[in-house]
Amino acid sequence: MAHGPSSSFKNPVVNWLDQRLPIFTMIQKEYGVFPTPRNFNYFWNFGAIAMIMLVTMIVSGIVLAMHYTPNTNLAFNSVERIMRDVNFGWLIRYIHMNGASFFFIAVYIHIFRGLYYGSYKKPRELLWIIGVVIFLLMMATAFMGYVLPWGQMSFWGATVITNLFSALPLVGQDIVTLLWGGFSVDNPTLNRFFALHYLLPFVIAAVVFLHVAALHVTGSNNPLGVEPKGPQDTLPFHPYYTVKDSFGTVVYLAIFAAFVFYAPNFFGEPDNYIQANPMVTPPHIVPEWYFLPYYAILRSITFDISIPFTGLKLIEAKLGGVIAMFGSIAILFILPWLDTSPVRSARFRPIFKKGILAFLVAFFLLMYVGAQTADAAWHLGGLEIPLVYVGQFATLVYFGFFLSLPFVGLIEKPLPLPASIAKPVLGGGASAAGATAKPMEKA
Amino acid sequence: MRRLRSLILAGLVAVAAAAPAVASEEMEYPKNEWSHGGVTRGFSNIFGTFDRKALQRGFQVYKEVCSACHSMNLLSYRNLAALGYNEAEITAIAAGYDMTDGPNDEGEMFTRKGVPADHFKAPFPNEKAAAAANGGKAPPDLSLIVKARKGGEDYIVALLTGFEPAPAGFTVPSGGNYNKAFPGHVIAMPPPLSDGGVTFADGTKATVEQQAKDVATFLAWAAEPNLEARHQMGLKVMIFLIVLAGILYAAKRAVWADQH
Amino acid sequence: MADTTQTAGHGPGSGSHSGGDPSRRDFIYLAAAATGVVGAAVTVWPFIDSLNPAADTLALASTDVDLAPVQVGQSITVTWRGKPVFIRHRTPEEIKSATDVNVSELRDPQKDADRREEAGMAGGRRHLHPPGLHPAGAEEFRSPRRVRRLVLPLPWFGLRHIRPHPQGSRAA
Repeated sequence: MAHGPSSSFKNPVVNWLDQRLPIFTMIQKEYGVFPTPRNFNYFWNFGAIAMIMLVTMIVSGIVLAMHYTPNTNLAFNSVERIMRDVNFGWLIRYIHMNGASFFFIAVYIHIFRGLYYGSYKKPRELLWIIGVVIFLLMMATAFMGYVLPWGQMSFWGATVITNLFSALPLVGQDIVTLLWGGFSVDNPTLNRFFALHYLLPFVIAAVVFLHVAALHVTGSNNPLGVEPKGPQDTLPFHPYYTVKDSFGTVVYLAIFAAFVFYAPNFFGEPDNYIQANPMVTPPHIVPEWYFLPYYAILRSITFDISIPFTGLKLIEAKLGGVIAMFGSIAILFILPWLDTSPVRSARFRPIFKKGILAFLVAFFLLMYVGAQTADAAWHLGGLEIPLVYVGQFATLVYFGFFLSLPFVGLIEKPLPLPASIAKPVLGGGASAAGATAKPMEKA
Repeated sequence: MRRLRSLILAGLVAVAAAAPAVASEEMEYPKNEWSHGGVTRGFSNIFGTFDRKALQRGFQVYKEVCSACHSMNLLSYRNLAALGYNEAEITAIAAGYDMTDGPNDEGEMFTRKGVPADHFKAPFPNEKAAAAANGGKAPPDLSLIVKARKGGEDYIVALLTGFEPAPAGFTVPSGGNYNKAFPGHVIAMPPPLSDGGVTFADGTKATVEQQAKDVATFLAWAAEPNLEARHQMGLKVMIFLIVLAGILYAAKRAVWADQH
Repeated sequence: MADTTQTAGHGPGSGSHSGGDPSRRDFIYLAAAATGVVGAAVTVWPFIDSLNPAADTLALASTDVDLAPVQVGQSITVTWRGKPVFIRHRTPEEIKSATDVNVSELRDPQKDADRREEAGMAGGRRHLHPPGLHPAGAEEFRSPRRVRRLVLPLPWFGLRHIRPHPQGSRAA
């Protein structure tokens, strides 16, 4: 029965605890000696940064919830009471408000890193899928959180987005009524959004745990996309990456703090400082910046999809937009199987690299188009380009990138891969050659 | 790494280059100098503090002019301490207003003198009454107006100084006034300020522009009363984080020294 | 290990001088850890302090009560800090019985005059009672409700905060 020898910590209290619940052994294994590719660049900081932002959001959110009142008559003023009367309330609220943006920035960079270096490929498909689930949960949480201050943009954003479900055939309107708990976005809606906004972050935390657990089964990908072939390719997580992650996180927090203290309303909309009024529609309803690309995709589908020459309508424009919007995220779930190339890192994939550049430009273009009014246009000289065309073009590029991946994998000639991670670092020394010859199996 | 960076840059540049082409459709307001930096302008003046004299003059303009129609429901008289008024002055200001309170033991509402803890007295009992008295549209509450309008303080100044005769061919509907800064150019509010309309205690000449700037300063403070605390704390936090980042960078170099 | 690194910013020799001396390295680790811990500790404070009474709550922490309309023998109840405060304009008999009491019999041996002083009686005729003093059956009272014997422990709050004020009695 004695498991004593497995725990050998110097501190007797730690030892006693660990023999009964081996948390210290686990921490030691997963965050102490955990073999981590030695060649991470700073893009690999953003997982840890996203984690810190999640904790920041939960802590600041719990304190805000202690002062907030989820009632349509009181919500706006209770938020302003936090801003004006609660001790450091302005600080905590601005942390939460800007924290949402900086959580999304970190996660977007994290996702982009996974995309660029092929982190979604075998054997990390499930790790990637769990990540997409986290991203979806984040979007749901952020959407409901934005409703809580009960400003004009809160109310009208919620109205527009919940109304999207009415496009679904047959059950659409029933679903919308169910979401609202009434016949418009109103007090029941606000109450349930508050309850869910409080709940979902803990669901996110649980799924993040699964994400990390899955990561520690496969180990991390790295900028070369070549699996570590032995100890010479890895470093213990501590102290090498604990210190590197700490440094990166503090730099990120410094940028975050600069916005909290010197531009706290940079990401916000002036209209949300006007209390919600169902009688007055704002001239221009825009979602938060992190939803803009999907909002632009939604608005890009301005046409019904019919069977040619018959006039038979298959999909109405509104439903088409909703399908495209959800499809733009859903396509991430099947990405591991769309990409047929055996090579992970874009560094060795010339066509994929161009594709990802086009995708990135399309993504930012969509973000830009989503922020403009529906009838806006570019004026280049005498030429007028309606932005809806720009959005449609960018939508095409967005989906084209994913849907072309099966063919890109077939026609692309990858650059020669290094034999191992250590090899380019060591400059092809004898030790590296010897190491690669060793049939080392990673645990 | 370098390729990746240029790739991201290219994406950003592409979007940034496209942006100004449509931005011209949005209204721009002349930028003023604000000692507090401007509430909605990011990174404008990280040491900014409110001009106390301007705040007091601005409060006077609000009290004597704007408050006839516009409420400021989120403010209390006690908040005026931030403008430099002492307790006795605030008590006196609050006592100048009759507040409806109650119900008392007989179930009746009664009137009492205002106290510092009271919210600013609103000119109308409710929004419907405000709308009814103002041609169908209630004058907006001014507590957050600077943060609730694009352009912030500059918009307020542009609006208050933007009344002028309508250009030829522009028909102003009855009950409306032409204003070059207001979106759509027809505003229900008649020109509220006039030269010498108020008399400033500190002897400042009360031109329309002076009053507009002072009341914009006051409204900026009302919208963001913790701006100064935010700026001060921000400086300390930024210095701390930069120092910590420096130490961690040194630690990172030390840890990684044997790997290079 | 050779310095043939591909990463920018780590030129040859840069590692050897920053990481070479073990005592210097330990100092950097210690400084990083200490600064981080201090930062985390300071960060906690705004979150804790946000739970303290907010400015609007504090603004209502003192209140003025107009005692002029309270007739002799009349009691009024006002709400203050979320609790009722009982104000009684005592009759001469009540005052007499209070001043005649043998204070040594009382649990809180204080003369009525001193208590009135503490309770902030303008004119010495009004008595402010904190609510803890008379839940029925919990204590034995003698006019004006001086405690002789406690059956339950006495929550002792409120009264000590009441101070004389020119406009009446101010609880602060």
